[in-house]
Amino acid sequence: MSSVDRDVRFTFDGRELAAEPGQTVGAALVTNGVTAWRGTRKEGRPRGLFCGIGVCFDCLVTVDGVANQRACLVELCEGMDVRGTLAGDETEETR
Amino acid sequence: MSDLTVDVAVVGAGPAGLAAAVAAAEAGAVVAVVDAGTQTGGQFWRHRPETGDADPDGHGHHDWNTFLDLRRRFRAGIAAGRVHHLPGLQVWMASKNDVDGFTLRTTRTVVGGEGVTPTVHAARLVLCPGGYDRQLPVPGWDLPGVMAAGGIQAFIKANGALPGKRFVVAGTGPFLLPVAANIAEAGGEVLAVLESSSLSKWFPHWKAAASVPGKALEGAEYAGIFARHRIPYKTRSIVTAVSGTDRVQTVSWAKADADGRAIPGTGGRYEDVDVIGFGWGFTPQMELPLSFGVQTRLDADGSLVAVVDERQESSVPGLFLAGEVTGVGGAVLAVLEGKAAGTAAADASAVVLPADVLPAKEAARRDRHRRFAQAMHQAHPVPHAWQEWLTPETLVCRCEEVPVSEVTQARSTLGAEDSRSLKSFTRVGMGWCQGRVCGFAGSCLGAGPGEPAAAASLASAAKRPLAVPVPISELASLND
Ligand SMILES: Cc1cc2nc3c(=O)[nH]c(=O)nc-3n(C[C@H](O)[C@H](O)[C@H](O)COP(=O)(O)OP(=O)(O)OC[C@H]3O[C@@H](n4cnc5c(N)ncnc54)[C@H](O)[C@@H]3O)c2cc1C
Ligand code: FES
Repeated sequence: MSSVDRDVRFTFDGRELAAEPGQTVGAALVTNGVTAWRGTRKEGRPRGLFCGIGVCFDCLVTVDGVANQRACLVELCEGMDVRGTLAGDETEETR
Repeated sequence: MSDLTVDVAVVGAGPAGLAAAVAAAEAGAVVAVVDAGTQTGGQFWRHRPETGDADPDGHGHHDWNTFLDLRRRFRAGIAAGRVHHLPGLQVWMASKNDVDGFTLRTTRTVVGGEGVTPTVHAARLVLCPGGYDRQLPVPGWDLPGVMAAGGIQAFIKANGALPGKRFVVAGTGPFLLPVAANIAEAGGEVLAVLESSSLSKWFPHWKAAASVPGKALEGAEYAGIFARHRIPYKTRSIVTAVSGTDRVQTVSWAKADADGRAIPGTGGRYEDVDVIGFGWGFTPQMELPLSFGVQTRLDADGSLVAVVDERQESSVPGLFLAGEVTGVGGAVLAVLEGKAAGTAAADASAVVLPADVLPAKEAARRDRHRRFAQAMHQAHPVPHAWQEWLTPETLVCRCEEVPVSEVTQARSTLGAEDSRSLKSFTRVGMGWCQGRVCGFAGSCLGAGPGEPAAAASLASAAKRPLAVPVPISELASLND
């Protein structure tokens, strides 16, 4: 999509990004070239989208301070603060 | 809204659930439909948010008119006060007692929103939870850029975008065709479709295949798209490894023998791959049916599925099942089963006859689609020798990061041969996904090389005390 004003703006780990309206957070990240955002608990290995439909929980992400949201299911909203765990943030995996 | 009492509750608003809800409502029942999605359609008719485009044209979809018709009747039911649509909610627990019938506890799919989530009480229940892509581990499959084939499809349908530029699609079954076709039509480059089976495996089943002419038409449509976009379709071909540093870069493949073993010296590599999609058929979502202890069987594709009668009733009275949970068979079959289930469930006296739940013509159609599905499963089996692709380091359980070596060791030294003992010795299947992704592969590995997964092992892999992870507050509400 070309018209910039129709884009939804959000931040990922503090970086300002934009995506098409109506996309999921996962799609917004991937179409911005971010293919991984979660670090696994044991090995710190990168993970992103896998099943794409809410089954695998690989895509967990923190959205507006709420941890462990499935990026493939959350619809992107204007001004969302999206954070991954690859950058060393340890909010994940506290069930 | 916290409590809702209805005649019939339906879980799932995919092809089966929509058809069930419409049929039950049109037969006079008051119906509640709980669906994890925010809008109807399920996996097959997943589409862009209706908030942005209220009337999508159905591009890239099949049987879109069937969906529009069902959605129109569904909305008419809502307008008439006979259908309660509860979207964006997941059922995390379902139970039955003699006094109140069935009870469904729900939690939000996505955290947020105000108020308590509703509990649904219903005299009869129709479960249509569908399924998800079945996976087999392969070296490197935990790298970002490896996706479920259906996940790519869902990405395109829901977002109107592609998750990369250069794709490989691999696994087995006719479902790989629409995935590759949709990628190409959306502007992506499909380097190859690698199909492990040989198409000659269809020959013994030509009768069943020919009895569903619509499938041949779809096949011809895909052949056209493949030719137009020059997509190589390689049979008897498998991915031997996915590699890259922090994401997929290279996909190595080989020709396979009749058992699915890589033939040394064949194949090659695809470089600069953004996404590789794997699909080895589908795994029906069995935790809700299993929580009622329904009678199950192993289907021709090796999946654990529920046994139903002609009215789609399970071994538990009042509990009806339709769609993938009664055997993976596609959306057309799911709609027919949903219609039968919804009609039967609407009948409070439980005397409705099989002939009354589905007209003879449609019942025959349901039979033909079931036979087609059996033929499909036999023509596209999980390769006998797939365990030989693995290296000791290949992860079996992606959540708990359990490698093959730990699983085979638990089998050989501790005698762990089923998913339950493997779980306790190695933590396979203990993570966030609760064994949904590795349940099938783990059960095969427990059984040993070349062995199929045992029904009991699949059942214990799919038994989940909570169908989805739930917040503590939701659990506490059980004491109310
Ligand atoms: C990701 C994916 C993509 C697919 N794409 C195609 C395709 O392009 N072409 C094709 O021919 N086939 C496709 N299939 C197969 C096809 O979707 C099925 O054959 C068909 O959808 C089966 O219909 P169903 O009603 O049984 O299930 P589904 O369509 O899967 O519907 C099930 C619904 O139930 C909901 N649900 C499940 N559990 C719960 C719960 N606990 N609480 C609340 N709601 C719940 C789900 O969110 C979903 O909306 C795909 C399958 C998957 C998994
Ligand atoms: S990608 Fe699997 S849950 Fe989101």
